[in-house]
Amino acid sequence: MRSMVEGAPTKEKRMASTTVAEAPPRPPLAKRLQESRGFLSFGFMLPAALLLLVFLTYPLGLGVWLGFTDARIGRPGIFIGLENYEYLWDDSVFWLSVFNTLLYTVSASILKFMLGLWLALLLNENLPLKSFFRAVVLLPWVVPTVLSAIAFWWIYDSQFSIISWALIEMGIIDHRINFLGDPTNARASVIAANVWRGIPFVAITLLAGLQTIPQSLYEAATLDGASRWQLFRYVTLPLLTPIIAITMTFSVLFTFTDFQLIYVLTRGGPVNATHLMATLSFQRGISGGLLGEGAAIAVAMIPFLLAAILFSYFGLQRRKWQQGGGD
Amino acid sequence: MKFTRRDVIRTGAAAAAGVVGSRLIGSPAYAQSAPTYTPEEGATLRVLRWSPFVPADEEQWIVNTKRFTDATGVQVRIDKESWEDIRPKAAVAANVGSGPDIMWVWFDDAHQYPDKLLDVTDLADYLGGKYGGWYDGGKGYATKDGKFIGLPLAAIGNAIVYRDSWVKEAGFSEFPKDTAGFLELCKALQKTGHPAGFTHGHGVGDGNNYAHWLLWSHGGKMVDEGGKVVINSPETMKSIEYAMELYKTFIPGTESWLDVNNNRAFLAGELGVIANGISAYNSAKTSDDPKLQEIAKDIRTTNLPIGPVGQSVELHQTTTAVIFNYTPYPNAAKAYLQFMFEAEQMNDWIEKSAGYCCQSLKAYAENPIWKADPNNAAYARASDTLRPNGYAGPLGYASAATMADYVLVDMFAKAVTGQATPQEAIEEAEKRANRYYRV
Repeated sequence: MRSMVEGAPTKEKRMASTTVAEAPPRPPLAKRLQESRGFLSFGFMLPAALLLLVFLTYPLGLGVWLGFTDARIGRPGIFIGLENYEYLWDDSVFWLSVFNTLLYTVSASILKFMLGLWLALLLNENLPLKSFFRAVVLLPWVVPTVLSAIAFWWIYDSQFSIISWALIEMGIIDHRINFLGDPTNARASVIAANVWRGIPFVAITLLAGLQTIPQSLYEAATLDGASRWQLFRYVTLPLLTPIIAITMTFSVLFTFTDFQLIYVLTRGGPVNATHLMATLSFQRGISGGLLGEGAAIAVAMIPFLLAAILFSYFGLQRRKWQQGGGD
Repeated sequence: MKFTRRDVIRTGAAAAAGVVGSRLIGSPAYAQSAPTYTPEEGATLRVLRWSPFVPADEEQWIVNTKRFTDATGVQVRIDKESWEDIRPKAAVAANVGSGPDIMWVWFDDAHQYPDKLLDVTDLADYLGGKYGGWYDGGKGYATKDGKFIGLPLAAIGNAIVYRDSWVKEAGFSEFPKDTAGFLELCKALQKTGHPAGFTHGHGVGDGNNYAHWLLWSHGGKMVDEGGKVVINSPETMKSIEYAMELYKTFIPGTESWLDVNNNRAFLAGELGVIANGISAYNSAKTSDDPKLQEIAKDIRTTNLPIGPVGQSVELHQTTTAVIFNYTPYPNAAKAYLQFMFEAEQMNDWIEKSAGYCCQSLKAYAENPIWKADPNNAAYARASDTLRPNGYAGPLGYASAATMADYVLVDMFAKAVTGQATPQEAIEEAEKRANRYYRV
């Protein structure tokens, strides 16, 4: 033991020998940077960071700032604190648009989830012409929103609706349905159009998720005597939940910020019954010229969007929830 | 001898003046000499206009522009946008200080960013002096503090378009001239199965035209001369009561209508009476479809009935040509507008617009288009009878925002559909308008 200690070079000796030896030449800065993992990572991320900064952070920051000013078109405006928000607080049309947006988002998202999941489960079965059906399902998603909105505009027309015509021809109704004139009908109509358009996204994404579930789990569960419902409840659903969380987060965000469908179909009418926060923000900010107030309405959407994201990330992705347990 | 652009412009203006002398008999002699604008070296222009409703309007404008390019060498690019997108595009251009040099804007757009627009008072004074003066309505939209911030280009007339045979079938030998008679006609048309239909939805043009006519024809107004909101008045109440009676006779669903619904239903034979620009009639008249041509023969137009105020008062859409002051070529832009407003070009343009664009300068009222078809006559007076948005208050962001937010349209729609009592609808409109007029 002693000899081993004595035989081993001491720390001081090692240091001395290092000092005595010729120090290798320090590589030039460019080469060092080239070989630096940290610098390279930073360099590779820089374009993305710049894009995010220019096209996301700056506009968002500007929007938030504008919400605190009385900026109008052609005039930069001055800081007015919370005045825009105080006005909106007393504005019945704004609150109506909040209600409409929540109703629109919640109803359309639930319907899109249920129908999308159902469609995904169907497409996951071994159907004849499976690939064809999968491609066809994507069509509503592929068609530009404005085009599908114009198609729905005809479908819901108060005089030329094909639905009204067909029902009258079949003798089911005796007068045309006022799809977009009656507030309740109008809300239901725009939700239906949104659901039609949004189902493919949910269905195809969930289908991708379904195909990652190992077949062996189903076989094992079947051997244990699980029913079809139990297979779905205890195998499919828990394993699909992370995908559902992501899909529905995106779906909710898309729905909450919808604009084109409403703008083409009703422009917020009748009497603001279908105005969403996004369309009202445009109407006040751009058409009306009140950039500050328009920005304030847009900023007022952020808490709702954040709540949806937080619910998804910290709620739907919790393992306990996924496994069917409570908190 | 070397000709400069300046010479060419001067010669062009002189030639145009000669043409005016020969074409516009009776137009007053102009005392003011033509201003000369020498296009900047290498100048090019970009014009943004609304998409045409009458294709020949655009074709003629392009022909006129080519004449300008041939005369001056200045290349002009003409872009177009759907007319509802003009307002946001103009807004963005004004805000960021970049975009088209010249733009055709709507209503009180120019009053939202007057300091971003080139002062064209000298040009406007010259044109006004030469061509019998500007109509007050268009002038109001184009002037701020006594200065022209744009040139009034045209009013897009709105008038009653009806099926003559159905009106006669309903027992009316001629179209009623007053609001009381009009209500009786609508009741009769409903009974004969050819109802009327007027837009109560968020139709930017038709919705606002109808709502303003309802209000103004009964003596109501949104604000007084000082900009104080005075919508809560007995006159407004009368206009709502009248609208409610009228609505009962309409084809169902007018509260969902946007701008195109009434044309579509009318040309499909679903409606006996609508209010619209002349495009509804023109599209039937110029159609290849024999059925539509038959309908065109039965179509008549007339001005909207006169209400208790005793005179014709209507909104009509107006369009103003503005030059943004960020343009690097202000002289070229002014020279272009001067050229396009001279009789040789303007008369051709008005004629090819087939009654859709009503002149902004009084001398052009003599244009033969107004007598070319009896149905054009109802649109000839649009510039004369139009009342500016936000009457009787000042034009500005408040009047623009009140219209853009459909305050008046919603007031009538809410009351006629029974979503609110007339008084509640008025009070809500008052509250919303007060937000813009900052009370």
